[in-house]
Amino acid sequence: MKTPQIHNGQSVALDKIKPLTYQKFYDQVVSALHNDNVHCVTYFAYPDVAKYKFVCALANDTDHTISILSFEREMDDDSPLESLTAIHNAMHIYEREIHENWGVPFENHPWLKPVRYPFDRANKSNVINDYPFYKIETNELHEVGVGPIHAGVIEPGHFRFLCNGENVFHLEIQLGWQHRGVENLFIEKKNQLQQMVLAESICGDTTIGQAWAYAQLIEGGAGIEIDQQTKAERTIALELERIAIHVGDLSAMCTDVAYQLGASTFGALRTPIINFFQTWCGNRFGRGLVRVGGSNYPLTNELVAKLNGVLDAFEKQFDLVATRTFNLPSILKRFEGIGRITRNQAHQLGAVGMVARMADIPRDIRKSHSFGAFSEFEKPHHGTGDVHARAVLRRLEVKQSIRFIRKLLVIDRGEEERKPNYEAKLVSNQLTISLIEGWRGEICHTMITDAKGRIKHYKVKDPSMHNWKALELSLRNLEISDFPINNKSYDLSYCGYDL
Amino acid sequence: MIVEDINILIKHGKQFIPDVTKAEVPAPFRGRPVITSDSSSHDNALMRLCPFDAISSQPLRIDLGKCGFCGECELAFPSTIRFTNDHKIASNTTEKLLVKEGVDQEITLDENAIRNEIQTFFNGSLKLRQVSAGGDNSTEMELGACGNVNFDVGRFGIEFVASPRHADGIVVSGPISENMAEALRIAYEAVPSPKLFILAGVDAISGGIFKDSQALDRRILNEIGVDLYVPGNPPHPLTFINGILELTRKKYRRI
Repeated sequence: MKTPQIHNGQSVALDKIKPLTYQKFYDQVVSALHNDNVHCVTYFAYPDVAKYKFVCALANDTDHTISILSFEREMDDDSPLESLTAIHNAMHIYEREIHENWGVPFENHPWLKPVRYPFDRANKSNVINDYPFYKIETNELHEVGVGPIHAGVIEPGHFRFLCNGENVFHLEIQLGWQHRGVENLFIEKKNQLQQMVLAESICGDTTIGQAWAYAQLIEGGAGIEIDQQTKAERTIALELERIAIHVGDLSAMCTDVAYQLGASTFGALRTPIINFFQTWCGNRFGRGLVRVGGSNYPLTNELVAKLNGVLDAFEKQFDLVATRTFNLPSILKRFEGIGRITRNQAHQLGAVGMVARMADIPRDIRKSHSFGAFSEFEKPHHGTGDVHARAVLRRLEVKQSIRFIRKLLVIDRGEEERKPNYEAKLVSNQLTISLIEGWRGEICHTMITDAKGRIKHYKVKDPSMHNWKALELSLRNLEISDFPINNKSYDLSYCGYDL
Repeated sequence: MIVEDINILIKHGKQFIPDVTKAEVPAPFRGRPVITSDSSSHDNALMRLCPFDAISSQPLRIDLGKCGFCGECELAFPSTIRFTNDHKIASNTTEKLLVKEGVDQEITLDENAIRNEIQTFFNGSLKLRQVSAGGDNSTEMELGACGNVNFDVGRFGIEFVASPRHADGIVVSGPISENMAEALRIAYEAVPSPKLFILAGVDAISGGIFKDSQALDRRILNEIGVDLYVPGNPPHPLTFINGILELTRKKYRRI
């Protein structure tokens, strides 16, 4: 039987996905992942009567397909499964998550550490205050523990540094503090408007990205076609979100190296972009903008003219500040060569989005599994793996997004009503996958429907699931005082990871 | 080169809002809603529609502590509900957060419910410790924006500090996840008395879209009195700044 293959935003009937034996599943995944252009976008288990069913989706960046592999086993089977992580490190987070959620044992996984301590975890005796940190027992090293509450106005996470003097030997990041039970709520909330609002709240700094991932999923699951204009508007919104966050992060990176001029002026540039969202849809983060099947806030001629003006003014000042910043020796000294990870490391940990690209892996869903109006998207930028690469990538991506938005703004716009659909009828017994390249990287939403077309299982994967490990590796052999600039240069999500 | 810096600064111009107490947020910003009174026939439909369960009937009312300001009720029933751009919607009692049918009235603070020590101790410099307890990083970003070059809340001596020991109060964002409940309690206890306790955003005030989740532990709210509720999803920086000013300084208070 052929492995079912779909494209981004498409569905496959559950009876088309024939479960393999674990050995066959293992062999196929291992061999597929030897191809550098294939990566796993999601791998999870869900309960079905007395069985756990496992779903693994492998995205091929060259032929733009997503292959669905599956196996199943009895719930009371406690024989361990041979770990894929032993061969492909990138699978570590999925196997840890499956183990934490359902208690499935894996053999030869390097360390099945808890992921986020969900309220419905298999083993309730695992508690968040008792996380098994990596330790080295010696008199020469000391540990520095930071968090869960951090010094700034940011989300919680616990960072444990193993230090030799000022130098960091090893950093381990423990998350889960933000866990709100998002995936369960998607199943519990039967009303699609509630689900839409929930998607907007998964990760508030990626409202458009997460909301679109949900909308594309429901549209795929219900067979709803989206018109070109809605696609273009969502694309513009996603790129505006990228610009706003990237420029905000450049400001924060300037703050962390005490460059006041850059901090203030980059920071001020974020304001007109998010205020444009407010003019467009009444909310600075774009809440309310993305809706299944259409939009309540069409991008009118008046708004297009306004956006053109906003982008023109933005770009002029952005170019001035960026040119100045990236030519300053004091900035270069603090950015260049700091917190470098290699291409091979990024590949091994399955880095996605910005983190992959800054480490010279041109992975970008906008290009490889195109959605919205991205079919003409240009070649993604990439870099050399250090703080400087992460800063420069932001600069280049801001410019790239502006160019792309301008292309879409000249599209001939229709005036027809495109009202949202709050009661989309999902096709029963199928699996749907939706990928969106948010500003951090690849967001993956997966849904399985039951015989009545209700959501039976919902899976969210934020790009930070993979990318937090890159920050940990970046800190090795750096001074601990370089932590803030490294952390900011990644700007990963806590709530997106914790769900 | 200094010339380049000066050029950047000239182009940067004056970014700050001269008077944050008089600043307006242009429509279509969704601030305080107004409900017209001849609308009883839609009550059930409105209650069913609201994804946050913020609407109740007899009389028809919206609880701003539960409202996510998604605006779906206005889109469906524009003749009944209209969101104004009035951003001054913070208050210190849950009663004041109820917008009732036919009442187009500003949201104010209940003076009698403000503790005396708040005016005595906190009417000058005010240092706050922000704790995100399951927050989605939008409220956190807006609280961070309060200190940026536009809103510049620092001009009032108000700022966020790193240590609860240096703080005069705690500002909570997020629906209070079970995993953060203990850390939040420890942070609150570490703040020297007297202290403020502020809930920012719909998630913190009522749980928001997460209110029915089993992953929350909101018991701390049964024990600690709330000094200020700042509605919004997320709250606009001006909502937060004006709320704080009205709470701590009599001269900013609207009667």
